[in-house]
Amino acid sequence: MTRQPEPLIFELSSPGRTAFTLPELDVPQASLPEGHVRDDLNLPEVSELEFVRHYTRLSQKNYAIDTVYYPLGSCTMKYNPKVNEKAASIEGLSQVHPLQPEASVQGSLELMYNLQEALKEISGFAGVSLQPAAGAHGEFAGVLIMRAYHESRGDFKRTKVLIPDSAHGTNPASSAMSGFSVVEIPSDERGNVDLDALKSECDDTVVGLMLTNPNTLGLFEENVLEVCDTIHGCGGLVYGDGANLNALLGIARPGDLGFDVLHFNLHKTFTTPHGGGGPGSGPVGVSQRLAPFLPGPIAAKAGDHYTLMMPEQSIGRLKAFYGNYGMFIRAYTYIRMMGPTGLRAVAEHAVLNANYLKAKVAPHFPIAVERTCMHEFVAHGDVSGTDIRALDVAKRLIDYGFHPPTNYFPLIVHDALMIEPTETESKETLDAFAEALAQIAEEARRDPELVHSAPHTAPVTRLDEVTAARKPVLCYKG
Amino acid sequence: MPYLPHTEADRREMLSIIGVSSVEELFQDVPTSHRCPELQLPKAVSEMEILDELYAMALKNSSTGCFATFLGAGAYNHFVPSVIPQLASRGEFLTAYTPYQPEVSQGTLQAIFEYQSMIAALTGMDVVNASHYDGATSMAEAAIMAVNVSRGKRRKILVSPCIHPQYRQTLRTYLPGDQVTITGDENLRAGLEDLKEMLDDETACLIIQNPNFLGELMDVEGLANAVHGAGALLVVVANPLISLGLLKPPGDYGADIVVAEGQPLGAGLNFGGPYLGVFAAREEYVRRMPGRLVGETTDTQGRRGYVLTLTPREQHIRREKATSNICTNQGLVALMAGMYLAYMGKSGLRAVAEMCYHKAHYAAAEIDKLDGYRVVNSAPFFNEFRVKCPVPVAELNAALLEESILGGYDLQQDYPHAENEMLICLTEMNTRQQIDRLVTALASVQGV
Amino acid sequence: MNLDPNARYAETHEWARKEDGLIVCGITDHAQEELSDVVYVEFPQVGDTLAKDEVFGVIESVKAASDLYMPMGGEIVEVNVILEDSPEIVNEDPYGKGWMIKFNPSDPSEWDDLLMPEAYEASVAGE
Repeated sequence: MTRQPEPLIFELSSPGRTAFTLPELDVPQASLPEGHVRDDLNLPEVSELEFVRHYTRLSQKNYAIDTVYYPLGSCTMKYNPKVNEKAASIEGLSQVHPLQPEASVQGSLELMYNLQEALKEISGFAGVSLQPAAGAHGEFAGVLIMRAYHESRGDFKRTKVLIPDSAHGTNPASSAMSGFSVVEIPSDERGNVDLDALKSECDDTVVGLMLTNPNTLGLFEENVLEVCDTIHGCGGLVYGDGANLNALLGIARPGDLGFDVLHFNLHKTFTTPHGGGGPGSGPVGVSQRLAPFLPGPIAAKAGDHYTLMMPEQSIGRLKAFYGNYGMFIRAYTYIRMMGPTGLRAVAEHAVLNANYLKAKVAPHFPIAVERTCMHEFVAHGDVSGTDIRALDVAKRLIDYGFHPPTNYFPLIVHDALMIEPTETESKETLDAFAEALAQIAEEARRDPELVHSAPHTAPVTRLDEVTAARKPVLCYKG
Repeated sequence: MPYLPHTEADRREMLSIIGVSSVEELFQDVPTSHRCPELQLPKAVSEMEILDELYAMALKNSSTGCFATFLGAGAYNHFVPSVIPQLASRGEFLTAYTPYQPEVSQGTLQAIFEYQSMIAALTGMDVVNASHYDGATSMAEAAIMAVNVSRGKRRKILVSPCIHPQYRQTLRTYLPGDQVTITGDENLRAGLEDLKEMLDDETACLIIQNPNFLGELMDVEGLANAVHGAGALLVVVANPLISLGLLKPPGDYGADIVVAEGQPLGAGLNFGGPYLGVFAAREEYVRRMPGRLVGETTDTQGRRGYVLTLTPREQHIRREKATSNICTNQGLVALMAGMYLAYMGKSGLRAVAEMCYHKAHYAAAEIDKLDGYRVVNSAPFFNEFRVKCPVPVAELNAALLEESILGGYDLQQDYPHAENEMLICLTEMNTRQQIDRLVTALASVQGV
Repeated sequence: MNLDPNARYAETHEWARKEDGLIVCGITDHAQEELSDVVYVEFPQVGDTLAKDEVFGVIESVKAASDLYMPMGGEIVEVNVILEDSPEIVNEDPYGKGWMIKFNPSDPSEWDDLLMPEAYEASVAGE
């Protein structure tokens, strides 16, 4: 990592300096629209080399999958194959306008159609829309679909969405955006949905249950069939948060288990790069009875011809055009290269790695719920007998050259460290990571200040988030 | 198997440390009735084969490189300087995630802070978030924010009919049912004066697009006063965003929230995505803003650094009370947009915008000379304009396609009164030769 | 935990005190400690009439946000705008300069439903 401070691009600016080139104007100049022209535009003025060095040096201040182990729980930070990037940059696929005549985009539509079909097969659903741009967007689509389904049956009294207390924050936020109230369902001591609590909330006002399976503790819902039956019994629907689908590829299909709707995270399970916070892609899959409500347009096939169509009772469009198409190309590439056997091997190795790492970590940091885990596990990150908390451990890991795990989530575990190894990491990497955690546990007892003041090797030490929030500075003010 | 590093020996050792004899044992919680279905997918292929398959698909497309392109309508064919994809695809940017750990994410954080700063300058606004999915979802979130600014007391969203039709559809998906009333665009000919008359004490915001979907520059003089006088917010969709290289920023004429499609800033067409939802607002509303924000602060040694800030607005803390459910956004595309603005810089963005403007005006003048064709804009335009054609636009476009010309958008699809009207778009990518070719082709189609 | 002996308390960690016929309200010392560094307080609008237990605002720290509840119903007469620029005062002086709202109670008898200091202390201990 570069530890040198990097000036802001504005601070590198010199009046009159330029980087761009443009062809000469080959048409007559028109007069500019009076009263509409701006006076000033305060953008930087830099040379191309300065520009290149600036962004290169900025990149060197990041940890990334390509540089370090990145076991960020529930984010599935697995290797993002380079062939994906090449695929997405094929000119005939990337330089295509979304409003071109259908006959001129048959290749693009074919790829969309094939990806829809593959996701249907992987998940056991009858319909897929690729339109949602991220997981939360797919969730929002899913809740709107549930709403549209109930309303189409003249059922307007359903107003509450049941959400386990271990869920991602996007679940309640998506429900609230759809106009529903949220009822939190507690987890039992084995990390499952508390069945009694669930049953006591099941009545004819239930829109549905939003279930993450495996859940955010990394555990497979042991009563999943009964949970789905219970919800269906009161006329509700079961929504699956597909954030953790990596554990289930070729192992179990949510559609077979009784889920009615699920979103995929192409940027987690299907190796499209996370991009420092997006773009993601959050296609949504549904069972037969919900297929008419999918957002659209979606790709369809008529004979040899591909076309775009709007499902009959669609909730509408969730964004302009068809989704984050560049991510479709990458995910499709990955699915084709893995094939059915490879996808199952992905889940098996993700689960193998998680259980192996859990066994290695457990002696130093107790596991929140001690069961066979799926693709991730949650440990308590505080060190007993010291005042070292999960945050300190996370920061100290940086000095060992690892990106910290997700911390303080799920909310139901105190000092949570949520660790998702992923299947693309070797045994050596997992061993080194476990060894670092063991060292830190020892440092916590021997030299707690070393851990408290970590990281020591990053470009900056811990940052003053309180001042940042009290007196926000959100723009360069010159 | 690609990307899976374990050897047989690794696997054996790992299983023994876990204390199980096989991988299958790890899946005992999965109901046996549904465990390990045979997936009916095509068998795996190599890198060589998948690329061949994709090249074959690409050949079934015609990319914009095959055409003279005159199609815009929300997605714009601008030049992307080589430095942008080269630098943005560095693994350190590409394969990092949300900068939750600021100490090892200063690259992403500083780049987004710079993006926020440059978009603020471009739009004339105070604060900019780290992005939404695209211009349409930015607009929908702006409407929700306006309702929240009124603390839910105002529930009428007034929309101009001259906003991108897909944006208005997205808004209606985001706000279904009885939560709010979306009105103003029932009359597709409604102008700003008509909309002003609809302002009342129920109105949370008025949303306009400027330049509007028909390419026209709106007469915004006095508009903000009227909107604010009614206690509502003015939301401006600043599409196409490149226009702000030349035109007055919405902040100058009183906008409270500015949203836009950021795709023209270095993102390429990509068949509709990934694009970039630009979102900017006045400082007083920052606590009601959706999305992530990067702020400047210092570390324990007093060095400047950047963090995600004002996070209690967001879903991971506020859950059902959050300002939005957004989590993953379009980070890498925002990075690219920041790069584009920095690379083009003060003079480059102006130059591109002027070039679009001049090319469009040359094309409009030449087309207007043709028998049977008439430029029908009633106001000045930037780089898109309406042409009344002698035949239906779909027919015309089919004929143009034969000449390797990607014609403009058929306005009649969304505006029935715009009979045979084509929305033609010019960018710096269109040469005079292409324009002359279009004019010749249009002239020859005249007799269809 | 500090307590103001002249105040009454709600289980949601607001305190209320009678002053010049109005009720002054803020959050307790225990609450500010739990939140840690307060970074922002969102107020109702003066003139708003809110019922007992209705949300009157939000208080934020870096990593958390909590709703603020009316200890009694009433019409908002004044909000402590100083906190907009200096939210840290809530941490420094929760019962004094860190007050949040003054309101005109619509039903003064609701005062009697609030907890005495000792009862509030016991309720916190039992959390």
